Formats: sequence, structure tokens, C-alpha cells
Amino acid sequence: MNPNNRNGLSRLFYNPTARSLFFQALILGLLLYFVMTIVGNVMTNLHQRGISTGFGFLSQPAGFGISQTLIEYNETFSFGRTFFVGLLNTLLVSFLGVIAATFLGVIIGISRISPNWMLRKISMVYVEILRNIPLLLQIFFWYYVVLQTLPRPRDSLSFGESIFINIRGVFLPKPVPDAGFSFYVALLVASVVAVVALTIWAKRRMRDTGQQFPVFWTSIAILLGTAVIGFFITGRPMVLDYPELRGLNFRGGITILPELIALWFALTIYTSTYIGEIVRSGIESVSHGQTEACRALGINEGQRMKLVILPQAMRVMIPPMTSQYLNLTKNSSLATAIGYPDLVSVFAGTTLNQTGQAIEIISMTMMVYLTISILVSMFMNWFNRRVALVER
Amino acid sequence: MTQETGNIITLKNVNKWYGEFHVLKDINLDVKMGEKIVICGPSGSGKSTMIRCINHLEEHQEGDIIVDGVILNNDLKNIGKIRKEVGMVFQHFNLFPHLTVLQNCTLAPIWVKKMPQKEAEKIAMKFLERVKIPDQANKFPGQLSGGQQQRVAIARSLCMNPRVMLFDEPTSALDPEMIKEVLDVMVELAGEGMTMLCVTHEMGFAKKVADRVIFMDAGQIIEENEPESFFNNPQSERTKLFLSQVLGH
Repeated sequence: MNPNNRNGLSRLFYNPTARSLFFQALILGLLLYFVMTIVGNVMTNLHQRGISTGFGFLSQPAGFGISQTLIEYNETFSFGRTFFVGLLNTLLVSFLGVIAATFLGVIIGISRISPNWMLRKISMVYVEILRNIPLLLQIFFWYYVVLQTLPRPRDSLSFGESIFINIRGVFLPKPVPDAGFSFYVALLVASVVAVVALTIWAKRRMRDTGQQFPVFWTSIAILLGTAVIGFFITGRPMVLDYPELRGLNFRGGITILPELIALWFALTIYTSTYIGEIVRSGIESVSHGQTEACRALGINEGQRMKLVILPQAMRVMIPPMTSQYLNLTKNSSLATAIGYPDLVSVFAGTTLNQTGQAIEIISMTMMVYLTISILVSMFMNWFNRRVALVER
Repeated sequence: MTQETGNIITLKNVNKWYGEFHVLKDINLDVKMGEKIVICGPSGSGKSTMIRCINHLEEHQEGDIIVDGVILNNDLKNIGKIRKEVGMVFQHFNLFPHLTVLQNCTLAPIWVKKMPQKEAEKIAMKFLERVKIPDQANKFPGQLSGGQQQRVAIARSLCMNPRVMLFDEPTSALDPEMIKEVLDVMVELAGEGMTMLCVTHEMGFAKKVADRVIFMDAGQIIEENEPESFFNNPQSERTKLFLSQVLGH
């Protein structure tokens, strides 16, 4: 049969556009049917059990305490407040984890390719062991094995009678603002401005005269100097609230929960092994010819890293680094296992148990992780574009 | 010492091994100021290794290498000094892909010689004009042809104002029509009195500019002579065989 002589329906069937439209419509229809069935089922079930839907529960009083709150909170606050308390606790441990894991990971990654045999082997063993032990087990290790061996509050390890470490956590003196505090803050801000100005000046001077200036160390001196000298000039605008042993535990000061420490250590160490491998592969992805060109030009090893190798390695490192940061944030929900009051433990745990509003609470919690992930991805994509597109 | 003899590079009984493999065997070589030397030989004969020892990209195990009066040993300061005097051009260009052509040329003068950026840029433009690509200054290496990239690499080396230039097969990775533009730049450079050591298979270039041609095989210098005698009257059988293969077609 001549293919040009097909009847109308057959011609439509073999037309790629019509065909793809048909299948897309089919899939959409199936999806809609599936969602509507589920929603219908859920509504019927909820109705039968007498559970009311909606977000009204968020304004009801919570009636339970939380062991670590970054914002003001007690039992009389609402369930809605527990959401924010949990969210901030999640953000706290994720933030601390990302910073520490990056720092540790870069050191591990560079050690892995160090010319020093010992350093290379130690970091290799570190990576191979710690990334192959499940994270939950590592959290348990820090929490039950390491931190449980600390003494009771009465026999606390004491550092200068102001920092105490015991089985209940780490107790630090807390700075409380006093008269003249705002002036002190203004001084600190001024020192930061001075450092920025110094950096710009040093760059300009280098461009014009070729003179290099030790910006990093000078900046540190300026910041520390202002912080210390300014403190005394402004008449000591802070008093320290020392932790004190009262009865069975310490009161006052800042308390860092052992749950936070265990979770932070485990997340940091586990993620640092992956970041270490990313850093190593990033540096190794830059061809050896680049190193030879630097050497032939007399560029020293530090400058080679800073000016040639790292800017190129960054392009390879950023995408996998992003997923490690996101993994760390999501993994922080393992907090539930040791009772660190993160979002999952507080909101999707206690609050859910108390209210029974599973659909609302779980979807809110999922939305939080989704939002964090999308924000981090967006930022890292922007950053990636900045370093990656330089080539062309 | 070197000033008296007029030698800028001296290799004395240099030996090098890669594990068990003896790559350089008792190499002796004196290079006078302003001399142009072409080194040829079959692949694996150690010619690249020899010139890479001169700026310590490879380490030799025995013998002395003296560059401009500085003895090359494990002293980092000496290595740094020698590398400032010796420029190098590689087979695969090794330009910095994340920097523009101009930035490629100014990086070392700014960070190693502590030169003001404006001055470094002025010098870079001067050399980019000499290699005939000043109009590409703000492009990235990935946007240039192979021949252009190699000319940038030459300009980048010259910006450090070296007293000696090493060329490690500078045209081997280039398409035939681009070889000429690179060789032209090298011939011009030779005409200006630069001391040059070139590992190359371009025999035409050797005949044109070399003061001396060195033939290496199996880690040894087999023969060295002025180009005319080298090509017309080779002494060793090995050289004759090599030349018949290289010039035969």
C-alpha cells in the first residue's frame, strides 16, 4: 500500500505530534484519576474516624516542653510555635554541620593527595572506615558510647571554673549585654568595615605597584584587636553569666545538649568523608600539565593551589558538594533517634502524636525540607554559573 | 665559573633512573649564551626528560646541572631562581583555561615578580604583538586554535624575561598548517639572540636556526654537530638510520 494513501485515522495514528499529544493526555488523565481516588479515600476515612482536617490545631496550646529552644518557648505556647522551635533546631545543627564538614573535608581531601606518606594513609583509613559505617550507628556511637562515659554533674570536668563538661552536656558562661553594649557593637561593625576597606585597598595597591600585603593576618589582628581593646575601652559592656551547680544540675550560662554534640559530630564526620573525596577528585581532575606550567613559570606551591588549581577544581566540586550539603540537612532528621529536638522529632513526632493531624504535619515537614533543598540548590547553581562559565 | 666559560647551562655526568629504567646515561652538555640547540632522536630516547631536568620538572639522581651559575639541587631557593631564568613551552601548551590570554601572560609576572598589574599588562601586550595575536588578548584559551594557543604559551614564557627558553616538542600536537606559524615565531625569537633548547622533529627548523644539533638514543647523546655536517655527514650508524627515516619522505 502506498503510504501516502492512508485514510484519516491511520494518518493521525502515525503522525508524531498527534501521537505524543495522545500519550501525554492519557498519562495526565491516569494521574488525575489516581490523585482523586486517593484524596477521596482519605476524606472518607478521616470523616469516618471523626478527625477534622485543616490547620486550626496550630494555634492550640502545645502543653509539652522542649529541651532546646532558640526562641522563647514553654508549655503554654502553641503547636505552631513548636514548628518554628523544631525548624530552628534543624537549621542550627545543619548549619554547624555544613561549616564543620566543609572545613574537615577540605583538610581530609588535601591530605589524601599530600606528598606525606603518613598523612595520606591516615586520611585514607579515615575516609574508608567512616563513610562505610551507617550514619545512625555513628550517631549512637557518639551519644551512647562516648558521651555517656562523661562524669555526672557533681564530678564535672571543669575548665577554669567557668566551662563544665558532664553527662548532661557542655555548660558555657553566657555573655549578657550591659551598659555601653550598643557602642561596643558599633565598634565591631566599624572593624569589619575597616577590614573590607583594607582588602580593597590592598588589591588596588597590588594592581598599581605590585606590592603584596598580608591582608589575611592584618584583618585577623584588626578584628581581634578591636574585639579585645574595644571591650575594655567601652567599659566592659558585657557581664558573664556563669553556670552554677544547683542540686543535681547546672543552672545559668549556655547549655549545649549532648544530643546536639553527638548529632553534630556524627553528621560532620560522616559528611566530611564524602566532601574529602569530592575535594580530592576535584583537585585530581585538573591536569598535571597545569602544575608543570606553574612550576616552569616559578609560581610557588601555595599560589599554584590558590590561583590555578582550585579555581579549576571548583567547577568539578560544586555540584556534588551541593548534594552533600542537602544530604547533611536531610540526614539531620535522624535526630529523632537520640531525642535531639529537631523538626522531625518535635513537630513530626511529639506534635503529631498529640494532635493526630498526620497529613497536615507530615506535608508541612516535607515542604520544609523541600524548600531548604531548593533554596540551597538555587544558591549553589548560581555560584556554579559564576565559576563555571568563565571558560567561554 | 660559568661567566668565564660563557656557558649558561652545564650538564655534567647527569644520570637519571625511573625505577629500574636508566633514562639518562652520563649526559654531558655545555650550552653557551645565545646558542640554539636542537635535540632530536627516536621517542623514548630521553630528550624530553633531559630538558625537563634543566628546570627541575624532573629530578636527576646523579651528576651536576648548573644554570647561570646556580647549582640545581634540592634547595627550593635554587630551584626557584633557576625557574625564573628558564622559560618553557610544552607540547600541549598547558595554558590556564580559566584565565584570559592576557591574564595567562600576567599571572607569573604579578605573583612571582611582584610587578604592578598595569606594567605586567603592558609587557604582556608587547609580547602578544610579537607573536602576532594582540587582538586575542581578552579571549579564553579554549576559543583559540592550537597554533594560536602555542603562540600564547610562548608569549607567556617570554613575559618572565627568561635568559633561556626550553621547547618540548612545541609543534607535535599541531595540525600541519599551524606548525608554520609557531615555527615562524621561534625563528624570529632565535634571530633576537635568545638561548634556545628545542626538542623537535622539525628538521627544516634545525637546518635554519640551530647552531648545534644533538642526536639522542637510549638515554645517551650519540652525536652532536653543526647542522650542516650533522645532516650531510652523520657519523654513527644510528644517526644515519634515524635521519633516513625522518628525511626519507
